[in-house]
Amino acid sequence: MLLRVTGVTKRFGANTAVQNVTFDVAKPVMIGIIGRSGAGKSTFLRMMNRLTDATEGEIRFEDRDILRLRGGDKRAWQSQCAMIFQQFNLVPRMDVVSNVLHGTLNRRSTLATLFNLFPQDDIHRAIDILDRLGIAEQAPKRAEALSGGQQQRVAIARALMQDPRIILADEPIASLDPMNAQVVMDALRRIHEEDGRLVVANLHTLDTARRYCDRVIGMRDGRVVFDGTPEQLTTGVARDIYGADAGFSEAATSTAIEALDRVPA
Amino acid sequence: MAELTAAPHPGNGIDPIRAEYMALTRRKRLYGGLTLLVFVLLMLSGFTLADSRNAGGFWDGLHRIFDFPAQVLGEAWDKIDLMPAHLVKFFPALIETINIAAVSTLVGAMLAIVLSLLSTRGLARFPALIPLFRRIMDVMRAVPEIVIALVLIFILGGGPVPAMIAIAFHTAGALGKLFSEVNENASLKPVEGLESVGANWTQRMLLGVVPQVAPNYLSYGLLRFEINIRASAILGFVGAGGIGYELKNAMSWGQGKFDEAAAIFLLLFGAIVVFDQVSSHFRNKLTHGGGA
Ligand SMILES: Nc1ncnc2c1ncn2[C@@H]1O[C@H](COP(=O)(O)OP(=O)(O)OP(=O)(O)O)[C@@H](O)[C@H]1O
Ligand SMILES: [Mg+2]
Repeated sequence: MLLRVTGVTKRFGANTAVQNVTFDVAKPVMIGIIGRSGAGKSTFLRMMNRLTDATEGEIRFEDRDILRLRGGDKRAWQSQCAMIFQQFNLVPRMDVVSNVLHGTLNRRSTLATLFNLFPQDDIHRAIDILDRLGIAEQAPKRAEALSGGQQQRVAIARALMQDPRIILADEPIASLDPMNAQVVMDALRRIHEEDGRLVVANLHTLDTARRYCDRVIGMRDGRVVFDGTPEQLTTGVARDIYGADAGFSEAATSTAIEALDRVPA
Repeated sequence: MAELTAAPHPGNGIDPIRAEYMALTRRKRLYGGLTLLVFVLLMLSGFTLADSRNAGGFWDGLHRIFDFPAQVLGEAWDKIDLMPAHLVKFFPALIETINIAAVSTLVGAMLAIVLSLLSTRGLARFPALIPLFRRIMDVMRAVPEIVIALVLIFILGGGPVPAMIAIAFHTAGALGKLFSEVNENASLKPVEGLESVGANWTQRMLLGVVPQVAPNYLSYGLLRFEINIRASAILGFVGAGGIGYELKNAMSWGQGKFDEAAAIFLLLFGAIVVFDQVSSHFRNKLTHGGGA
């Protein structure tokens, strides 16, 4: 088994953000996690990347419980498990290539970091990755000078620079317009297909999950309430996940261009 | 969970919030007023105390304050022809003073960066030890340079090294406090981004925090440098070398040396004006120009 999540729980004081999440992943697929705000999606991804400590449970990746790792082992795991954030989380004052090179920090010594010494091979590879994502010409600019969609692609480039086994994406398109959202989702899908990496993305729109993912996990109030293929994700099931009333319409959760076209203006 | 996500009830939900906020505002204003009152009282009592302790009274001695500069100016004017030679003679001592200030500002600022990062919530390497590092900075800031310098001169003997250590020590505490306030305003997003790739603490601070706060650090550092030139000159009085030492000699062996004292004052004044101008120029650039 590639990834085995068992009984993962996170409590913040009296509030249980994630409760007893359990699922298996046999081979690298693209998984979408959906659920309304506060369902615990971000908390779960952050526990996988070890930005947040879990309260209970195990996450076994190739039979190693990554929730138990400490210090350097934990950081080594983080370098294997890239994370993409809704707000990009780049260093705004530094140039694009430097931001991509940050993906290699786990392998770099602190001294090399101090003097900004990245090997030439890495610099070339960073630019190649930017080129693959179609933003090579932005290479020397400061990250803060880029549009949101471009910044998110820099963040994806940083993730690829890590050469990770898993890519986690926490609502990667939530702060982007529909055009850029599509570019970013296409990039993630391509990375999954071409490199065979496991991708887990939190998505807040149903149609994105349906369109890009091989498997969809629905969360509600910290629990997994749906786990299946996009085809199994009917409107009734979706209504259940989002806890919405009968007036629930799919277009209401949509940011895709086609869906917008469907809504009468 | 259910209470958290339940829809708010307008009407009865908003009133308690308003009332609570108004109460909070009133309390803040009350505290503000009390603080002002305490401040005024302290000023008044401090002034009357100083006035009563002053032998012969503050007001009686006031006119004598102007006797000293008058005498210095008088002597200097009489020997105005020697002034250029004096300026040249004491210039190396001025350089030494500035040197002491520069080295101790640099060393102190580097210490301050580390201490401030260790004592900022959200950034600290050991969150449990934040109070400890804060207290360390408080102590460093509270001890005046001259006290440390006197102790060190007693142990190590005179010279620039005790002065450097003393000023660097105080600077680390003073800048550390300011730096940690700057750090509080730094965005944690880049830091989290770096954490997610497996970067260690030093790497996160160097790449995630320092680029954000560097202009502010530099601006406070320049301000501190100016202060440290003065501190370094004063420490010369207690045997730490530099222009302060020369000034002490010129003044205490008095008789006929006030022309030298005037030259030294002139040098010191010039240096402080120059650095004040230079640093305010750069600080303006840093805060308004948005950096390089
Ligand atoms: N650091 C924290 N401290 C306390 N409570 C937290 C913290 N982070 C998250 N929570 C709580 O955990 C629950 C789940 O939050 P989480 O951010 O995982 O939800 P989400 O599904 O990602 O929602 P969204 O779609 O709004 O991003 C929420 O009730 C939230 O208030
Ligand atoms: Mg979230």
